Amino acid sequence: MKKIEALIRKAQYEDVKEKLHEVGVTFFSYWDVTGIGNEKVGRVYRGVSYSTSAIDRRMLSIVVNEEFVEPAVQAIIEAGGTGNIGDGKIFILPVEEAYRIRTGEKGGETLN
Amino acid sequence: MEALFTANNVWMMICTALVFFMHLGFSFLEAGLTRQKNTVNILFKNFFVITAGLLLYALAGFNLMYPGFEEGAIGFFKFAGWGIAPPDGGMTAAYADGGYTWWTDFLFQGMFAATAATIVSGAVAERIKLEAFMLFAVLYVGIVYPIVGSWQWGGGFLSSWGFYDFAGSTLVHSVGGWAALVVIYFLGARIGKFSADGKSNPIFGHNIPIAAAGVLILWLGWFGFNGGSVLSADPEATSLVLVTTSLAAAAGGVVASIFSHILYKNYDITMFMNGVLGGLVAITAGADQMSTGDAMIVGAIGGIVVVLAIALLEKLKLDDPVGAIAVHLFAGMWGTLAVGIFGAMAGFDQFMVQLAGVGIVGAFCVLATLILVFIVKSLVGLRVTKEEEINGLDDAEHGMAAYADFSLSKK
Repeated sequence: MKKIEALIRKAQYEDVKEKLHEVGVTFFSYWDVTGIGNEKVGRVYRGVSYSTSAIDRRMLSIVVNEEFVEPAVQAIIEAGGTGNIGDGKIFILPVEEAYRIRTGEKGGETLN
Repeated sequence: MEALFTANNVWMMICTALVFFMHLGFSFLEAGLTRQKNTVNILFKNFFVITAGLLLYALAGFNLMYPGFEEGAIGFFKFAGWGIAPPDGGMTAAYADGGYTWWTDFLFQGMFAATAATIVSGAVAERIKLEAFMLFAVLYVGIVYPIVGSWQWGGGFLSSWGFYDFAGSTLVHSVGGWAALVVIYFLGARIGKFSADGKSNPIFGHNIPIAAAGVLILWLGWFGFNGGSVLSADPEATSLVLVTTSLAAAAGGVVASIFSHILYKNYDITMFMNGVLGGLVAITAGADQMSTGDAMIVGAIGGIVVVLAIALLEKLKLDDPVGAIAVHLFAGMWGTLAVGIFGAMAGFDQFMVQLAGVGIVGAFCVLATLILVFIVKSLVGLRVTKEEEINGLDDAEHGMAAYADFSLSKK
């Protein structure tokens, strides 16, 4: 079992979600995050100019069995990419165990 | 005659209600352009200003502002006594040329009175102690505002010089603006507004739709502020005043939004809003003296004045979260001087009288505010602690939240 953490553009989220569904990943969590990156945006508020490096992105947290790792990663890269700086990152982490709370059963079966 | 008196009085009461409505406009504008954590505090201050302001005006203000100076008196200070009681004939057409009753007179003027302190409320927002503000507002609205008003509207020395301020560019707006300027000088900027290296940082208003509603409500209220200053329902004068008022507001907004785009390369709605208000404040001194073309020019320059004044205050490290000083002081001074440049009264002599009035009122308000700031500072202190400021005044001063169970969606 692996956990895939992906930081993606909010604008690409719908495409990524669809692509993940296509490769059979139908169960994941996501939330909106703010991060600091290389990108800087100049703005003005009431005549005061400032630059912000705070970037809005969406974080996906996906726990899958081994055979789904590669297809899921490819799906995110394909649907999440625009070719521009700031497309995001993907991290793979090992997962020791998974439980289904309703039945108490554990293991890879619980992810299906 | 009796029917005309009734019609006049009805119009004046409608205008009174419109000026009252401006306090909602100020509340919305100030709340919208400041941070969420200080919203209860802003609203509390605005409630205090309209309620206490009205009570003070009944107690002493009205009789301080309209004391009935004797023939030949200098007309600087006179107090006609405590409380309000209509004089003989106060409810008849004999009072005020059939324009309104004495009761209407009191309430219309009373609605104006609180405005001066409301202007201060926005400028000092987010870091002044509530008690310091309340004490200052009581003293300023109770004493300073009516004294200055008596010099002109009460028949004092400014009016005998020929100074002209139709609805209060100087007597209301600048009076509030001067106080705001002096108080924020002593109060200092909000934490984070200016970095140690001198850089200016933005502190965003938390609710732009509310601020926008506030500005449009203020514009609506201005129909009463200026329209009522005709002091009757005179068809020609009131309709002209509503036209000049609206054209100046429109020109101020359009020009300020374009001008700030030229300077800063963005379409800033808050500059648009401040520009509308700048146009309104600017036309207020001569709303009944201007042609439509004059009104648009006066308003347009008012819009430019506001944008430049906001930049100037930033440069001087004076922190005015809502632009109150740019709008009410700077556009107010411009509008007062404009009476000597544009419109039916334009002329060099008139300009010099206007300039003298602006200067004298300014000097008096600055001096009075210095004294009051000293009194307030020694009695209750001016500013909340660093921790209170960072946690927000709603928490520190009220133990409440403006939006306790409310959240907005992310984009």
